[in-house]
Amino acid sequence: MTVAIIDYGMGNLGSLRRALEECGGHVITAQTPADAEPADRWVLPGVGAFSDGMAHLRERGWVEAIQQSVHEKKRPLLGICLGMQLLSDKGYEGGENQGLQLIGGDVVRLKPPTPETRIPHVGWNEVHMSVSSPLFNAIADGTDFYFVHSYHFQVKDTTSLLAETPYCDRFVSVVGQGLVYGVQFHPEKSQRPGMQLLRNFLALN
Amino acid sequence: MLKVRVIPTLLWKNVGLVKGVAFDSWRRVGTVLPAIKVYNTREVDELILLDIAASRERREPDYEQIAEVSSECFVPLTFGGGVNHVDVIRRLLLSGADKVAINSAAFDNIDLIRKASDRFGSQCIVVSIDAKPTASGHYECFSHSGTRATGHELKAWAKTVESAGAGEILITSIERDGTMTGYDTEMIRQVSESVRIPVIASGGAGHYDHMRQALQDGHANAVAAASIFHFTEQTPLEAKHYLATHGIPVRNVNTRSQTPLGSSVNA
Repeated sequence: MTVAIIDYGMGNLGSLRRALEECGGHVITAQTPADAEPADRWVLPGVGAFSDGMAHLRERGWVEAIQQSVHEKKRPLLGICLGMQLLSDKGYEGGENQGLQLIGGDVVRLKPPTPETRIPHVGWNEVHMSVSSPLFNAIADGTDFYFVHSYHFQVKDTTSLLAETPYCDRFVSVVGQGLVYGVQFHPEKSQRPGMQLLRNFLALN
Repeated sequence: MLKVRVIPTLLWKNVGLVKGVAFDSWRRVGTVLPAIKVYNTREVDELILLDIAASRERREPDYEQIAEVSSECFVPLTFGGGVNHVDVIRRLLLSGADKVAINSAAFDNIDLIRKASDRFGSQCIVVSIDAKPTASGHYECFSHSGTRATGHELKAWAKTVESAGAGEILITSIERDGTMTGYDTEMIRQVSESVRIPVIASGGAGHYDHMRQALQDGHANAVAAASIFHFTEQTPLEAKHYLATHGIPVRNVNTRSQTPLGSSVNA
């Protein structure tokens, strides 16, 4: 199983690479779309702000490459954290910016319902599955994953909502549509359940 | 529900100086890496790695070594020490840090916090504050590993860094650090009540009940500790068991690791 990690200069690829290798993936760290071409699935990671993320993807020719990979080549795609948010129509971090438009919705700041609710949302919190998905194989409903974020994905169509997490009431922590998946948490930092999720992604047909 | 975090802190001090030669990164990794691997196995909530000599020595972090360490680290990792420029932050994030901690440089240039949070997002910018009580009953912030008084009062400084875009505050009591006599709960409470970003308590943990005090009385969102895990038999997992019995939400109290992560790939 060959998986390409899209390297667009937005941080933290070492541990993701190691985690995917640990799960049995043959990993390509792809600096250009051509580098990622031999892989049969792509991962879009990312730490940072939405505006910066899209600017970096655009500069390096990834926007169309990712859209083609999904729509024409039918490769599974997994967005992680900022990478999940970039799958949306638009985001509001660092101004209003268009996203990759792979899953309908907007990315907006979490709204604390009480003064005690602190933002960013940092730490381990539960992921409650709304539907069954091959991405959740062998992962119990309500398992804790590691989050660190201030913005969240508001889906346009609830059919792309796969799981939610209880914070600021609740927010969407996993999205999916066809072969495109996005997780707000960091599976590469979520230890055994995170590894299981990555293994599940590598096993998708 | 969001769980409180129990965070081992690894202090990385004067490694270059001790050997008299700074150009010796192999052996230096040798000391940090086994600790990281132990904490991988124990599935701790997060790790903080602080190079406490970098600022004083006015040098940049050792990126290669951090990249090596972080690629072995399946635990969320915050790196601090010598973080004084957005380029340093960018290189640290590229080297595998999930978050960076800024301390001394924030006093020289608060704009660094603003620029860094704009560019990388608040969520990866931790501001670390070291403080001590003063004769007048306030707390004062110190920079450069506690060696320089800054004249900044703690609560005001906490608000300043929050409004500049900090995503979390790591508050350390200089006097309690390493003493294992308990966190300065009042200091922690003052910070938690001044800001609406998460607060990590640090300095003084010697017993699990100290952690409970920092969380329940100090209203911290996480507790960091070093000595208790290095010099006693107490462990992060047992700490969480203890906290759970006091009604504090923690993760993974009923599971023990069977298959250590990172064990199937040779370093």
